[in-house]
Amino acid sequence: MTGVPVPPLAAGLAANAVTRRAFIRTTAAAGGGLMLGVSTAWGDRGDVGPALAEVSSVAPEASFSPNVFVHLHTSGEVEIVVARSEMGQGVRTTLSAVIADEMEADLSRVSVVQAPGDPAFGDQNTGGSQSVRNHFQRLREAGAVARRMLEQAAADEWGVPAQECAGRNHEVRHEPTGRVLGYGDLAEAAGNLAVPEDVALKTPDEFRYIGRPIDGVDNLDMTTGAAVYGADVRLPGMVYAAVARCPVVGGSARSYQPEEALAVPGVIQVVELPAGPTPPGFAALGGVAVVAENTWAAFEGRDALRVDWEYGPNETHNSASYRDELQEAVRAPGRAARSEGDVDAALGAAAQTHSAEYYVPYLGHASMEPPACVASVTAEGCEIWAPVQDPQTARNLAAEMLERPEESVTFHVTLLGGAFGRKSKPDFVLEAVSISQQIGRPVNLTWTREDDLRHDFYHALSVQRIEAALDGSGRATGWLHRTAFPSISATFEANVDRPSDGELGLGCTTVPFDILNLRCEACPAPAHTRIGWLRSVSNIHHGFAVGAFADELAALAGRDPKEYLLELIGPRRVIDIWEEDENAYGADKNTLPYDTGRLSRVVDVVAREAGWGRPLPTGRGLGIAAHYCFVTYVGTVAEVSVTDGALTVHRIDTAVDCGLVVNPDRVRAQLEGAVVFGLSLALHGDITMKDGRVEQRNFHDYPILRIREAPEIHVHIVESDEPPTGVGEPGVPPVAPAVANAVFAATGQRIRELPIDLTAT
Amino acid sequence: MAKVTVTINGERRNVDVPPEMPILWVLRDVLGLTGAKFGCGMALCGSCTVLLDGEAIRSCVKPISSAAGKALVTIEGLSEDGSHPLQVAWRELNVPQCGYCKPGQIMNAAALLARNPSPTDAEIDEAQQANLCRCGTYPRIREAIRMAAGQAAVSRGGGS
Repeated sequence: MTGVPVPPLAAGLAANAVTRRAFIRTTAAAGGGLMLGVSTAWGDRGDVGPALAEVSSVAPEASFSPNVFVHLHTSGEVEIVVARSEMGQGVRTTLSAVIADEMEADLSRVSVVQAPGDPAFGDQNTGGSQSVRNHFQRLREAGAVARRMLEQAAADEWGVPAQECAGRNHEVRHEPTGRVLGYGDLAEAAGNLAVPEDVALKTPDEFRYIGRPIDGVDNLDMTTGAAVYGADVRLPGMVYAAVARCPVVGGSARSYQPEEALAVPGVIQVVELPAGPTPPGFAALGGVAVVAENTWAAFEGRDALRVDWEYGPNETHNSASYRDELQEAVRAPGRAARSEGDVDAALGAAAQTHSAEYYVPYLGHASMEPPACVASVTAEGCEIWAPVQDPQTARNLAAEMLERPEESVTFHVTLLGGAFGRKSKPDFVLEAVSISQQIGRPVNLTWTREDDLRHDFYHALSVQRIEAALDGSGRATGWLHRTAFPSISATFEANVDRPSDGELGLGCTTVPFDILNLRCEACPAPAHTRIGWLRSVSNIHHGFAVGAFADELAALAGRDPKEYLLELIGPRRVIDIWEEDENAYGADKNTLPYDTGRLSRVVDVVAREAGWGRPLPTGRGLGIAAHYCFVTYVGTVAEVSVTDGALTVHRIDTAVDCGLVVNPDRVRAQLEGAVVFGLSLALHGDITMKDGRVEQRNFHDYPILRIREAPEIHVHIVESDEPPTGVGEPGVPPVAPAVANAVFAATGQRIRELPIDLTAT
Repeated sequence: MAKVTVTINGERRNVDVPPEMPILWVLRDVLGLTGAKFGCGMALCGSCTVLLDGEAIRSCVKPISSAAGKALVTIEGLSEDGSHPLQVAWRELNVPQCGYCKPGQIMNAAALLARNPSPTDAEIDEAQQANLCRCGTYPRIREAIRMAAGQAAVSRGGGS
């Protein structure tokens, strides 16, 4: 057994003194008090550039890019501006709690303010499970700096050494005498101090909020109907709109007759939206908009509209024949994205070979809140309210479309009623902006569920083929994985004919198995629709195929699936498939290496907690799968039964190692949600296309999991001192293979395509 | 257009809209009560659930004429200050993720508890089967309803 020894990992959580302070500065606070700007720009890992380092600690500086502000008012109230989008992951709660903890602010006196979309706030693109992992350290430092300044202000007031003063729970206490001053009373004086050069961070045992249960900051609004999502914004003079779009991507309106739409009571106006570009990118698809006094009239008017469409070249696209095409593609060699040893020789010399093909269909996002946007374009400017994951891109594209400077566009980020990657694409925002510009009034655009399912940026349909060489004892000696699916890049660039190495890096080339001869290949799959990110992206289909195939090999070897999986993962080592220092998830591979020991550990934990190996009645089975993505390790065990051909998922256990857990309740919630999301796609998700048109309409033919199907879910958080890693997405990929493997354990039937259909041959 | 008189959250309102206009859009776009949400328009997801004379209805398909002379209660009117036991339980257990389905989930559960103060788990599932949650908060929804019903809360699953 060979393997690279695991290096000591970064001691990210020690109470180390932090000396780089240049990314924090005080700024003028409206109404007085202490205000800190903190740069946590994505990709900026603490090396403050020369331009930034020269920034004075007090003077405003255009090049400084804070994305979080802490504002302590003289009343003692604290406002924390969060620049990441809230879509259910709890980011507004978690990020503000991190600052409050190091600041020793009382969370009950903290309010969270949502940042508008503006590059002044640094990176705001909320996706890739990175809000905590990329911002944690700096937000801690920001809080610690604020506390240190308050302690200094109190020391100055009392004329004592600052080391004798300690900020605790919203007040500074002079330890020798017991005197105290509230944070509010110190705000003004603290705001006049220079930012300290170095501060000490807390040790984990000193955390007040980190690692403990924290109430969601939006819970009250969300349970009383006060929470504001995209369609909930109300403006004076606002009208409502619905858009008719070509059912085939790349098509356009040849002509339209507005008369019947205009005859619908409440309909005000019909306007045309110019056809979108090819490839489609983030642009609006184009079509015809019906503007009305209310949303219902707009829907009715849209239904009455007669449009003659030019469908364009994608009209011949059929998902069934496309599947056949991709199946052919994976039966021939593709472009190698990872190659080690000699797979062909290994297959030739094998005691036994085994191959299987896996299919996952197109999937839609189907967030409960369909895309919606309120836009108001006037001669002077443009104001937008929308539930988007990437407000800066949306704002840029709106400005570009209006041919106006970016500064003239004000972008308010509302709460997102679910997103899962859909709302990182602002096509719906651009529609609303175009309509408002044309009619000269504020407009509220709502997509129907049919619009959402038929004009999504779909998770790619995929076919994969894995072939393994086994020696006489059933050990894998060769692994050939071919994957074919339309690339997300094809949504933006012409002539992209197959997935990128980056997409293969999401679960295919990152296969964790210790196999000497290994090759991963990308096979041709031109795109015929808009392809986009869906929660965990290509990890969904790669995780399914790799997880299900591992179970097939275990059965061939006559071994226990969990023991065989651990053997496939092999001895603890670091897997490094990245040429640059950064891994596929934007993390430094040297401080956060892909450590197979952590994967084996979640397998052990989940097997133990789920009672792996316990006796089960006939027709019941346990299945196991494990997956690494977003720098996090997840192991999942499913317990299912099959009775009279009906599959029931009784229980899912999922173990996660995501490093230090900042907000354990939200980690649990995200893992619970990922199980339900994974079950939806394992049991139901299926978008099909015929003649370029999506065949599904609404939740009756694109079902998502309902409560009765939701199993008992047990989340096991593995304790870790490593830096925090992704949580929103990593729980999804192992669910489908765990269920598929459990079905095999229960019935002997192999599941090689999703959604699981026990009647399929 | 027709004048429809309906009591909404305890207040008598006259609305002048087409009689077939769904209640949801009267609430949201005419009266500015945006708590009830649009999710499907076909009574499939329950995001628009409100109470009509105490019964949970999908307001996206029910015409306003069906509410004439009756009483509607929306999430805004369930309690003055979010103090209904279901609202409290939802917060206590940190049930919401994105929160979008919550007004519908809570109103649906309110109708359940009004007619059945101590539902079994099967009865909870049967009632909430009408309401979708894409974030997957179902296990906590069950637990919150149990809690609001005054039943001992069951642990949210194991954990190490």
